[in-house]
Amino acid sequence: MATAVHALDSITVPFRELMDHLRARLSSGARLVSLFGSPAAEPRELMLTTVVEQDGALICERAALARERGFHALTPDFPCAHIFEREIFESFGVRPHDHPWLKPVRYPVGSLAMRDYAFWKLEGKEVHEVAVGPIHAGVIEPGHFRFMCLGETVHHLEIQLGYQHRAAEGLLLRRNVRALTPLVETICGDSSVAHAWAYCAALEALCSTIPTVGAQVLRGMALELERVAMHLAGLAGLCTDVAFLQGAATYGRLRTTAINTSLLICGSRFGRTWLRPGGSRAGISAELRQPVQANLALLERDLAIINAHVCDAMGVRARLAAVGVLTTAQALELGLVGMAARASGVDVDVRTSLRSAPHDALPVTSTLESSGDCWARALVRIREVDESLRWLKAAIETETLLPSVIPLGAVAPRTLSIALVEGWRGEVMHAIETGDDGNAVHYRVQDPSLRNWMGLALSMRGNDISDFPICNKSFDLSYCGNDL
Amino acid sequence: MFSALRVLGSQGRQYIVDVRQAQLNGFRGRPVITQRPCAPDCNACVASCPTAAITQAPLALDLGRCVFCGECALACPEGKIGFTTDYRMASGRRDTLVVREAHAEPPAVDVSAALKKLFGRSLKMRSVSTGGCNACELELNALGNVNFDLGRYGIEFVASPRHADALVLSGPLTRNMGEALDLCYAGMPEPRFVISVGACAISGGLYDGSPALEREFLSRFTPSLYVPGCPPHPLTFVNGILDLLGIALPARG
Repeated sequence: MATAVHALDSITVPFRELMDHLRARLSSGARLVSLFGSPAAEPRELMLTTVVEQDGALICERAALARERGFHALTPDFPCAHIFEREIFESFGVRPHDHPWLKPVRYPVGSLAMRDYAFWKLEGKEVHEVAVGPIHAGVIEPGHFRFMCLGETVHHLEIQLGYQHRAAEGLLLRRNVRALTPLVETICGDSSVAHAWAYCAALEALCSTIPTVGAQVLRGMALELERVAMHLAGLAGLCTDVAFLQGAATYGRLRTTAINTSLLICGSRFGRTWLRPGGSRAGISAELRQPVQANLALLERDLAIINAHVCDAMGVRARLAAVGVLTTAQALELGLVGMAARASGVDVDVRTSLRSAPHDALPVTSTLESSGDCWARALVRIREVDESLRWLKAAIETETLLPSVIPLGAVAPRTLSIALVEGWRGEVMHAIETGDDGNAVHYRVQDPSLRNWMGLALSMRGNDISDFPICNKSFDLSYCGNDL
Repeated sequence: MFSALRVLGSQGRQYIVDVRQAQLNGFRGRPVITQRPCAPDCNACVASCPTAAITQAPLALDLGRCVFCGECALACPEGKIGFTTDYRMASGRRDTLVVREAHAEPPAVDVSAALKKLFGRSLKMRSVSTGGCNACELELNALGNVNFDLGRYGIEFVASPRHADALVLSGPLTRNMGEALDLCYAGMPEPRFVISVGACAISGGLYDGSPALEREFLSRFTPSLYVPGCPPHPLTFVNGILDLLGIALPARG
């Protein structure tokens, strides 16, 4: 978890400087965390905010830009900016000139109809297209996939999203900024805790409120239980997709143990209501410690058995290895985040790189693989579950884990607050900007899926179309996280 | 071979034998309203509710809007609202989803004689998520896992609308999914019916009032079953659908 909070005036620079700084930083190896627009006081202008991570620090800057003029796109030089510039164009109509792929992101209210999407065309006598979705075969969120194929080989996959768009960012601004947790928890339901924590941390930074150590540890526990549960759900899905039914049944059963541990602690299998601004509404009383520890021990014991079985099964490894490869260079270029990036050898994990409570006192070790294939993404998830369980066992030894919610202070006016939380899928960012009276004037939500969907598309190139289900499951991305 | 046997040994028997009597430790489920009087001029519960599920004079709580955050119970100075661990909350009618002071019993699902005759021995469902946040979808998927094992009653999800008898709706119904939803339901052969899952599908939930929604589908097709929750616990769904189809439990095994 990491936060950055700045008075707006202290980070506002002329527009040319903003872009020069950003280019210089990215050229010297800094990582682009976010680039987003927000309305400026002058209606003809747009504020652009840049967030980069460099040498263990988050650096933010912002500048006003004349909407009509647009700006020179970063994407040709830094492809990791592609989705942010598409978002700026779609949301505000401000054009990033020379952007090579200026396509819709999520079709907000008032945009063109989804059926008018112009797919990229592969031409030739023998080529054909396969269209899948928005409704898929399973119980899953909607999205459209268009495969451009020559025979069985996929030359390109284009992913059209937006079906899930609920205008969540707009609703966050319409409601009381101190009471947004229930809504935030449903922005991407499989990452309820990660989003809730990012919201709480951003708001607390605005109010100069610091939760107790116990509350921070409890938040860490909620987050790791969510990681264990969703990694197990993903592994169960991968096993189903390669017809390894013992893996599917056992990982599925163990996920139930993980989410029922959250249920026991906070009343929800998804960790909902566990966190509140100011601290942690849920706690682990003396009576709860024993059953929670018993569940952790059961998970550790039974996972060792099923992991050994899955990792020894040649059929599983043969199906997943060398399929859906995303190289380290591609992952870096695209700005991939989270477990998918770590499976491609890119060590991004804000729990270790921007260490703060509770991970300063109770550190986690991030897991790295280098082959970037479906097998690497499965292995990263298997090892991260082990590491999360180790962390949880250490965390529950913390002396006081009782519920604690500290009253929030006054919200600082004319301030930008940014919080990053490393959810199971990758980093979740919430940014809140306040106006003269301390009211929120802009709310930005960024789910890791926004950046990683293009990684899935690239990983499919040159693979068989029958490889798609395992590639898709191995990235395990959120549709509503992208669509908001 | 030996590792497979070890997995088998660790797995044991996992299915919930009696899905009507299972206990959910810690679950924040069906709310109850006591007959204690409200504090004078107090509207703390109404003000604390993120989905406007609570109305006053007399106090009533709409399960179709409730997201079970429990903020009302925390806000009430009189301890008038509480949450039980009961997961039986589904109803065949929208108006019976409201919890009032005098009613301590869960909403009942009346057996539909017509649906029982048609689908009591086999029900195939098609799920459509339209703005669902993946919490409802994960819980619907869990219906088929080794714990809940809905397949034992002949009830399961199918891939094609052509094979489906029931449409299971989750999410608040987004405008961008409108066309696909219509096409899917049109592709389902009659007789068919709709099941609404979660606060979003039933009422719009936390997204009620969003300009990105288009809920007109529900004015054309009235659901035969409402399954409250955010997301609903799988047992809420299981009990609701068994009641609706009049499925008696098999002998304990």
